Amino acid sequence: MPATLQKPQHDSTFKETTLDETPAITPSSPARTLALGLVFGIVFGFLLQKGGVAKFHVLIGQLLLKDFTVVKVMLSAVVVGMLGIHLMHHLKLVALHIKPTRIASNIIGGLMFGAGFALSAYCPGTGAAALGQGNFDALAMVVGMIAGSYVFAEASGWISRKIDPIGDNGKITLHDVLPMNRAVIVIGSAAILTIVLVIIEFAAVR
Amino acid sequence: MNLDLTSIQLLAKVDPLKYPGPAWSPYVVGALIGVLSMFTFYFSNKPLGASTAYARIAGMLGNVVAPGHTQSLKYFKENPTRFGWELLLVFGVIVGAFIAAWSGGELTGQLLPAMWQERFGPDSALLRIIVAFAGGGLMAFGARMAGGCTSGHGISGTLQLAIGSWISAICFFIGGIITAMLMFGI
Repeated sequence: MPATLQKPQHDSTFKETTLDETPAITPSSPARTLALGLVFGIVFGFLLQKGGVAKFHVLIGQLLLKDFTVVKVMLSAVVVGMLGIHLMHHLKLVALHIKPTRIASNIIGGLMFGAGFALSAYCPGTGAAALGQGNFDALAMVVGMIAGSYVFAEASGWISRKIDPIGDNGKITLHDVLPMNRAVIVIGSAAILTIVLVIIEFAAVR
Repeated sequence: MNLDLTSIQLLAKVDPLKYPGPAWSPYVVGALIGVLSMFTFYFSNKPLGASTAYARIAGMLGNVVAPGHTQSLKYFKENPTRFGWELLLVFGVIVGAFIAAWSGGELTGQLLPAMWQERFGPDSALLRIIVAFAGGGLMAFGARMAGGCTSGHGISGTLQLAIGSWISAICFFIGGIITAMLMFGI
């Protein structure tokens, strides 16, 4: 599969570079896309490990409501990313990637995910980080993830016919629902989440 | 940790706070992940997300074992399996976490995490493998049904203020808290 995809790309970039001296760095270049994915992944994994969220007891500690490291990492990321990405979108620098709101699937899938999260003590991202850190049990989670993905694909036709339509609201956001200026909603949401972080910092042991 | 005692006593009470916490401030790490998500939106036109990579591998394996059947499934029809950005992102996460753990002297190199051993005993390797596998399976099914995981919904979706992402992320924690309390809290 990858070989058949990449072969013509290599040929075309080779021809380009021999015709004129411009480097083959274009936004659509597949090699650049893949390299960026790898670099962003390395940074992501590095940060997840340094943030402690690749550790078994930190994730279980969060779910037992004793160690709030996971929520601190997630909400800090959300506050910074929320302000940054909405500003970049306002300046027409980025496109948004909103996932559809399908209430039944969001709730059922979300609860299943949560149960799996507690059983494995890793989530799809932090599990990969745990594996890199040397937690070999994460390998069983990885194999389970691959198997579970295939089982879902088996059921995907039925779920999309029977479950997805229940409470299907399309790609809605808070600023679609609330009758307010979008900047106010974004800054207000970031402020509320920051207050939550301050409360957690003072109320939680860790 | 007094293994000689805990190995006798099954299902001991465990305290997650007695084990070491994060190496860096979680606020600094979180803020940097927020900046990283700005980079992925700008340079790759993609949100940070991990669970899709596993579905890609499942599709690739399916294409080897039973190509006709795999390509007849709705999910794989709509999401063609290819080697791409998402897969390299997750591969990068493994490498990056290795570098971080190695540089910080936190490489574990063990099958059973310390807190798991304290709760279920040192001879629970098979149980751990079964539980982690089942957990992975449930997570993958749930993530595909909900439309994303802790990264895709929990960070990338919530920061865009998508309603479905907030519902999903809250349900991740409700399901997780109930299950973890049953496993470790009793």
